[in-house]
Amino acid sequence: MYNLDATFSALADPTRRSILARLANGEASVNELAKPFEMTQPAISQHLKVLEDAGLIVRRVAGTKRPRRLAKAGIEAIDQWLAMLRKALEQNYDRLDEVLAGMQTHKKGRKR
Amino acid sequence: MNKMTLKTEGDTHVIVTRRFAAPPEAVYRAHTDPKLIQKWLLGPEGWTMPVCINEAKAGGKFRYEWTNGKGGGFHITGEFLELEPYNRIVHVERMHLPDPTPDNHIETRFAADGEGTLMTMRMTLPDAQTRAAMLATGMEHGMEASYVRLERMI
Repeated sequence: MYNLDATFSALADPTRRSILARLANGEASVNELAKPFEMTQPAISQHLKVLEDAGLIVRRVAGTKRPRRLAKAGIEAIDQWLAMLRKALEQNYDRLDEVLAGMQTHKKGRKR
Repeated sequence: MNKMTLKTEGDTHVIVTRRFAAPPEAVYRAHTDPKLIQKWLLGPEGWTMPVCINEAKAGGKFRYEWTNGKGGGFHITGEFLELEPYNRIVHVERMHLPDPTPDNHIETRFAADGEGTLMTMRMTLPDAQTRAAMLATGMEHGMEASYVRLERMI
């Protein structure tokens, strides 16, 4: 069963969200994932474990490496972020419609 | 009719388009006049922009600060590179979270479209990874709403 509590706590951390965002660009090794964060490898591994336990990412065996990629739930989480960005922008532009309507009315009453 | 589009292009671009019922001059002013910007550039419900400093001239700087009134907030700083009233704005910006994100280079065009305006905003990030990170952090202050929505699905 899909554990939403684990998903929530996994997504509640900015480093883990950045890792997911990075994996949206494709599979990456632990070293590649650790690079932008200036964190030790054990610290990154701990974040990866949380993401893995939450079902957001999966690992593959490639020789001595264990590259990670997004799992289906991870892809859905990324899609949801995109939907949130889209919604925030849409709300901005809906408000801008109102502002523009106000400017037009204003202009009719007073030439500037 | 005024539906917004948001799409990625190549490895480093994000393109947003939107139509408005007002002429380019009005839409341009709403993007450069602080008093107007503070009325709409707010993101999700409940957020406000108490600080909006904007020197709309080539080489001018801007600073936008947002708050959710509950202790949450962040700011963006940037510089204008080119301003062509009322057709085009080119600027760079970065978010401070509080460390600055890599620069986002943004060209915004306002083209007359009948009696209205077609706005096209083209963002260019330094690399694919930065774009992915920006798309994820840009949703940061939407996370709360997203949690509420997910909770309803349980």
